[in-house]
Amino acid sequence: MKNIARIAALLLALVLTLTTASAALADGYRTLDEIRDSGKIVIGLFSDKKPFGYVDENGEYQGYDVYLARRLAEDLGVALEIVSLDAPNRIEYLQSYKVDVVLANFTYTEDRAQQVDFALPYMKVALGVVSPDAALITEPEQLNGKTLIVSKGTTAETFFEANYQEVNLLKFDSYTEAYIALIDGRGDALSTDNTEVLAWAIENPGFTVGIESLGSLDTINPAVTKGNETLLNWINEEIVRLGRENFFHADYEATLRETYGPNADADSLVVEGGVVE
Amino acid sequence: MQDSGISILFKGVNFQRLLGGLWVTMRIALITIALSAVLGLVFGLVMLSRRRAPRAICRAWLEIVRFMPQLVLLYLVYFGFARLFGWDLDGETSAVIVFTFWGTAEMGDLVRGAVSSIPLHQRESAAALGLTPLQASRYVLIPQTVRRLLPQAINLSTRIIKTTALVKMINVTEVLKVGQQIIGQFYRLREAPFWVYLTIFILYFLICWPISALAGWLEKRWA
Repeated sequence: MKNIARIAALLLALVLTLTTASAALADGYRTLDEIRDSGKIVIGLFSDKKPFGYVDENGEYQGYDVYLARRLAEDLGVALEIVSLDAPNRIEYLQSYKVDVVLANFTYTEDRAQQVDFALPYMKVALGVVSPDAALITEPEQLNGKTLIVSKGTTAETFFEANYQEVNLLKFDSYTEAYIALIDGRGDALSTDNTEVLAWAIENPGFTVGIESLGSLDTINPAVTKGNETLLNWINEEIVRLGRENFFHADYEATLRETYGPNADADSLVVEGGVVE
Repeated sequence: MQDSGISILFKGVNFQRLLGGLWVTMRIALITIALSAVLGLVFGLVMLSRRRAPRAICRAWLEIVRFMPQLVLLYLVYFGFARLFGWDLDGETSAVIVFTFWGTAEMGDLVRGAVSSIPLHQRESAAALGLTPLQASRYVLIPQTVRRLLPQAINLSTRIIKTTALVKMINVTEVLKVGQQIIGQFYRLREAPFWVYLTIFILYFLICWPISALAGWLEKRWA
């Protein structure tokens, strides 16, 4: 008992010291001027999510997000320092000031917007529907009375349950199983994020994405630490400027075209100047 | 050319990067093991001391590292210190700090266990034979302690090497992270994870197996 009391007292003392020290020393995010003066901007990117942010076989960062990161650094006149991060700790990197900006295919959500500040979008994601060429589905209404394959827990499942009750849903636990079911003809079409089905259809001749953009749009936006207004404003202005030169279409051609193929419509993914139609 | 099977590992500089990642893993592990060995010895001796306060501190330290997952400690040092104190430590430094904090306590406990496992009559018999306390330590007690300690300390080393896989979560590009980046290059290739993880398994095995075998051999020899 005595020992436990001692340990508890010790821990308490430790916590108290830490909190007191923290008040005095807490740092903060870097403003636009501080970034310019330091000569480098630190941007958090994915390093294993092709084609958005990945390290290629030569050890170089590539992808749609990376293309934008390089341009931001260039236009600020500073060097780019890349921090490779994983999806679950993207917010943590901003809140602990380890990075200035996160460009890791960060989808805007209300919940995240409470914790970080999102700039204008530069990409959008909606649902896509892929079906065999022989019986191509080009309108969601064509699915009434037919079977649509979805994965459990995805936006596609929720969307069709809420809006198209006459469509029979065939649900699978994993994407892999769902795609195999489509190839085996166990359903008339398959729906998931349009980026996914577009890339899949390229790999699987005989299947086409008849509906490229359906349902409520999610947008992908740059994010900065909450309250970092100077940097946020600069990024927003920059995205508008870049929109005038159709920068994000050029980004798409350079980084995504190969994945989505010659027939895919860039406008189903790209957002120019922060304006979502 | 179609990318397939094991060839993805040798595309471009992929394999060199994998080995580079392995070196990062080993660098963190080796520094940690060296620091833990030295500090752990001190830690163990403090745990054996008659003074209560230092012993209680060590006890608390040991309990903390035992019930805190290493990942939490890594986040605390890497993100937490930056947030709380503005100490912007890089990932590798954070990793060495956390693993040494852990390794020191574990090593200390091994030292304590090994020393106190030597029966009192060994010291008394040595004295009865006319050995001075220093001679008794040198010729009777320390050799026995080291024999009990070494195999366990070596096992702790392999645990430290394996645990370094966690540092990929704090922006350290070690062997596992490089592996995931390679899988990312071939994300449409279903067998890519198999080949990459198999290779990483073999790399870890090549490093840990000889160390572990050494511990087993020593244990048998000194049993």
